Amino acid sequence: MRQFFGIFGNLSEVTVGSSKPLAGLLLEILPPLPAFLEEYEQLLAMITACGIFVGVVPLIPLVLVLAERKVSAFIQDRTGPMRVGPWGILQTLADGVKLLFKEDLIPPYGDRVLFRLAPYIIVCFSLAAFVAIPFGAIDLGDERYVFIVSNLNIGIFYILAVSSVIVIGIIMAGWASNSKWSLLGSLRSAAQMVSYEIPVGLSILSVIMVVQTLNMQGIVDQQDGGLHSWLIFRTPFSFIAFFVFFISAIAEVNRTPFDLPEAESELVAGFHTEYSGMRFALFFIAEYANMFAVCAIAVTLFLGGWQGVLPGIDILGGLPGFVFKTLFLVFVMMWIRWTLPRLRVDQLMNLCWKYLIPVSFFNILGVGIWMLIFGADTMDMKSLGPSLVVIVIAVFILLKQVFKGVSGTKRETTPVPSS
Amino acid sequence: MATEESKFIEVQPFSDEMVLSMGPQHPSTHGVLKLELRLDGEIVREAIPHIGYLHRCFEKHAENLSYPQIIPFTDRMDYISAMNQNWGFCLAVEKMMAADEKFSGVPERAEYLRVLVGELNRIASHLLSFGTYGMDIGAFTPFLYAFRDREEILLLFEEICGARLTYNYIRIGGVSRDMPPNWLDHVKNFIDYFEPKVDEYNTLLTENKIFIARTVKVAVLDEDMAINYGITGPNLRGAGKKWDLRKDEPYSIYDRFDFDVPIGHDIPRIGAVLGDCWNRYKVRMDEMKESVRIIRQILNQKIPEGPIMAQYKAVRPPAGEIFDRSEAPRGELGFYIVSDGSVKPVRLKAKSPCFTALSALQELSKGLMVADIIAIIGSIDIVMGEIDR
Repeated sequence: MRQFFGIFGNLSEVTVGSSKPLAGLLLEILPPLPAFLEEYEQLLAMITACGIFVGVVPLIPLVLVLAERKVSAFIQDRTGPMRVGPWGILQTLADGVKLLFKEDLIPPYGDRVLFRLAPYIIVCFSLAAFVAIPFGAIDLGDERYVFIVSNLNIGIFYILAVSSVIVIGIIMAGWASNSKWSLLGSLRSAAQMVSYEIPVGLSILSVIMVVQTLNMQGIVDQQDGGLHSWLIFRTPFSFIAFFVFFISAIAEVNRTPFDLPEAESELVAGFHTEYSGMRFALFFIAEYANMFAVCAIAVTLFLGGWQGVLPGIDILGGLPGFVFKTLFLVFVMMWIRWTLPRLRVDQLMNLCWKYLIPVSFFNILGVGIWMLIFGADTMDMKSLGPSLVVIVIAVFILLKQVFKGVSGTKRETTPVPSS
Repeated sequence: MATEESKFIEVQPFSDEMVLSMGPQHPSTHGVLKLELRLDGEIVREAIPHIGYLHRCFEKHAENLSYPQIIPFTDRMDYISAMNQNWGFCLAVEKMMAADEKFSGVPERAEYLRVLVGELNRIASHLLSFGTYGMDIGAFTPFLYAFRDREEILLLFEEICGARLTYNYIRIGGVSRDMPPNWLDHVKNFIDYFEPKVDEYNTLLTENKIFIARTVKVAVLDEDMAINYGITGPNLRGAGKKWDLRKDEPYSIYDRFDFDVPIGHDIPRIGAVLGDCWNRYKVRMDEMKESVRIIRQILNQKIPEGPIMAQYKAVRPPAGEIFDRSEAPRGELGFYIVSDGSVKPVRLKAKSPCFTALSALQELSKGLMVADIIAIIGSIDIVMGEIDR
């Protein structure tokens, strides 16, 4: 029972190991400040660290928007944007400039205050999630400096909290637009995001039971030592939890097959139908920042965070590895988006309440039992061995089922004739 | 008449229902259809289609034009399958002209060319239907795949008649011009390329679990209802009725070709029932294969040499009236022509298959969800240009 209640023990701890956030690193590496500023150096370092994130994080959507267009072009046998810059790499920038200069329209009879407020709320809370994500770490002396703005001891809890505020922004946008399409879209979105937060939370809980900490860096620390120590392999149930989390994450960021809130063919554009110009761009930034954030959380919780595939090899503090893993998950999201149709609203709710939530509860039970039997809270072969065996068998059976249907459909593609 | 006019939905005060105006500018009403929806949350209590946004007075125009001048107007009815629209009109006029001694009848070579372009256009039309249906359901990629392949057909048409959308190719008594050299090779290249693609699309979209969940058992249009509404074409065949004018009342030279008429089926494996959206959609996928079969037979047979245009003095059908129909990709396209023996028709009426199909929407959509309305509109495959004319 101690293991179960250990979670709450950690909540009260203020210091988290010997890890120091980015501000600490800045204090180490930057030249000393003039004397009159010395008493503010902690504050200045913190502000600088925040500045770095605020400067860098909005660039992520810029890259992802282009990546999405290129990935979709690749999937759909097109070239994608090719005009602005070499291979169109400046296209997003050009679009951004275009949106910036567009007329600022607010629909008549809409709620002007809420209409203006909504995009900022959505963007702020999307970016706020990045505060607690560890992007990497380097060891200087006997201290470990983590690339994280704030090494909160309730990191994952904080992320869950701020990401649920986004839904308020969406409802605001839908309501303030004074458009029935926007309203329908935002209500769909509210229902969807509130529902899908439950499987997300429950699958995170099954990880927390194993690692016994809510601190994001603490979770990554426990996955030290190579591929096999990643939490996804720690118990068979965390393997399931990863997929539950990923599916729910797709739903939470409103992407196909769960993109009902902005279902173009049904609701025109959903909650942002009436938005144009820079406000629309803010929604776009928020959407892609969110996408990156949930993938980064999935990587942190399940795929070893910034820890490398092999033990002891952390290039540049693990940052490139972390970004690569996250971008791979983002790519999978795009791949899914450009392949699958969209679910209907009742089917979406069915999937959540009838399948994902029961499976998540089953996971928590399973993780508990697994920990009692094998002691999965410490990384050793005693617990890992059986887990890997179960996972391999399960994946084998699953793949056999999946490929049973398509075994006979061998196709070859012929090139398009040039007539 | 007063009740007839007040066909707009009355908003009930203090009710939880919402009246939503879907269209005429809406991404998936396939043009300029306007639907007035009475919604209870997401559930549709009533859906009233409003048409006429693309009305261009085709029938009135036709009364002031000579018969050959009307053909370009038929292009603009169902612009997705303009060849078949040209053909339908020309068939009716030719049938009237048959009484004229100076009219020598449509030459063999022209008949072959007509079947060739007609079936190619049927593939192009069904491809567009398949692509946009995928997009309605939320899958964007099939749309671009369909357009990629449709583009090849448009290039073929561009070669043979110079136009890509409004062809004005099939004329009264024949076709406007002979095919360019090597055109048949290009057709063959396309057919060889396209045939395996249909299977690929079936794996991509038709058999997709989400697509099946969205379309199976949705908006069941059974055979009785279809016949009562006068619905024809793939929508009728999807309800299980084996009725295709090309087979049952063969016109042109369709009796020379061997092809099947695909119909819908109850498929317990995926739960599909006769006449649901999935079956209507599947019939179109199967019809593309049958069109490929017909084109292959033409390519294998030798197309006779000879003229491509009938001999006649002027298009002056003898006085009288006629109703003639042909199998366009969206169903039976009928033309009713009244002639007084002059060069212009006294009255021309087009019977549009899309119009009858759309008329069933109101009954089909009751109690379904907003997303299902989109699925229905896509599955009955309407083109507003033909409905409004």
